[in-house]
Amino acid sequence: MPWVLWIPATVALALVVLPVVGLLARSDLTRFPSLVTSDASLQALRLSLVTAALSTVICVLLGVPLAVVLARSRLRGIRVLRAVVLLPLVLPPVVGGLALLYLLGRKGFLGYLLNVVAGVQVPFTAGAVVIAQTFVAMPFLVVSLEGALRNSGDRYEQVASTLGARPWTVFRRVTVPLLLPALGSGVVLSFARALGEFGATITFAGSLEGVTRTLPLEVYQQAEVDVDSAVALALLLIVVAILVIALARPRALEGVRS
Amino acid sequence: MKKILAAVAAVALVATACGPAADSGSTVSNSPAPEAKTLTVFAAASLTESFGALGKQFEAAHPGVAVKFNFAGSSALVQQITQGAKADVFASADQANMDKAAKADLLDGQPTVFAKNTLTIAVPKGNPKGIKTFADLAKAGVIVVVCAPQVPCGAAEQKVEKSTAVTLKPASQEQDVKSVLAKVQSGDADAGLVYVTDATSAAGKVDKVDFPEASGAVNDYPIAVVKDAPQAALAKEFTDFVLGAAGKQELGKVGFVTP
Repeated sequence: MPWVLWIPATVALALVVLPVVGLLARSDLTRFPSLVTSDASLQALRLSLVTAALSTVICVLLGVPLAVVLARSRLRGIRVLRAVVLLPLVLPPVVGGLALLYLLGRKGFLGYLLNVVAGVQVPFTAGAVVIAQTFVAMPFLVVSLEGALRNSGDRYEQVASTLGARPWTVFRRVTVPLLLPALGSGVVLSFARALGEFGATITFAGSLEGVTRTLPLEVYQQAEVDVDSAVALALLLIVVAILVIALARPRALEGVRS
Repeated sequence: MKKILAAVAAVALVATACGPAADSGSTVSNSPAPEAKTLTVFAAASLTESFGALGKQFEAAHPGVAVKFNFAGSSALVQQITQGAKADVFASADQANMDKAAKADLLDGQPTVFAKNTLTIAVPKGNPKGIKTFADLAKAGVIVVVCAPQVPCGAAEQKVEKSTAVTLKPASQEQDVKSVLAKVQSGDADAGLVYVTDATSAAGKVDKVDFPEASGAVNDYPIAVVKDAPQAALAKEFTDFVLGAAGKQELGKVGFVTP
């Protein structure tokens, strides 16, 4: 590796780390324990962990098949689909929230049906939080899986089928094991994104303590009155995120070389 | 290798330390031409329509003067001024945030109240749930959205709840009044508590149900010249303009009560 790379690398690292240092410098660490253990903070933390975990599970259940389809299908127009999947990445989250509201809100075309047929209202519920998080986090999982699948090629799968394996067996015994290393990093990325989700949630789900007010929303709320408390909560969010990444890192982010 | 690393780290630290300082000049204080002047006004989001119109009139009356606005939540504006944003005039949507600015020694002289705003109930067009009074909002099956108690419109709503002994079970406590209005407009809320001025500016998209108890929670809008304002003299003129006949007319148009 040419040593010159250290220069931009250090700048890049500083750009990520120094703002967090600024946050630490601004925080009142003596009040930290009392600030983050308030009822509202703990409720927000719990809600955040539960909803982010749920949306990560949905991301895996729906995102893995989508990634396989995108990487393996030879259908025309699959390239367009690939671009469409990335849409939540470029949409400002608030716009994503509005889009969800116009689809699943009481006057939205799907929301209207749900309301009339099943009496279900989606906005202002914890379910809406999960939907918003899944919407923004899904591309992270799909992109990392699809990239891995396309890099590994489909030779193993072809060999397996020429040896007589049925498609379902090939998927189970060849494709899924090929996916596993990338799945780890994809899961961590999408969980992290879901945990930090703000704009789509506040637009689509609203903000109510214990129901829809996740940790990022609570931070925003607190910043209105008590910046110290907002900073403490932000640190809590960072600690949770680092814990998640650190726990998953050995197998996930570095990948398993077989 | 270690030496190189240390040098690189030092360079990076200096570079990043310089970044914010170099950036802080980006706020509008540089005049494009020698005699042209720019007046920077930080005003609460609910003043967007009225102050926008007043700014145009002020520019017309003062050739060579450009009025630039920064509309945002009052507490965000106080925070920006505290952090060194260049502003000449600050107009807040409540007394509490103006007090915060005064306490931080950010003001030049005493703030003056130039407008009052009261709450009203915004309902989707045609009022599908037939809301007539504040107490109707507590009925089962009515989805109500309010502001969070931490922001001025939410504080006013809490006052009304106390004085009427009606306890609402809101579906959401939004961060600002425009978000409440948006949820009523989209039809996802049956009712929302907003300011009269917001309901007026959204007339045609929402209906308005006034209630008498709102008079118990009136919000004062104070205005003040910011300390060390780059255009202190113009700033004083602008606040007088807002407090004068032109200000009363424009503010009255969108539903403010002027003193």
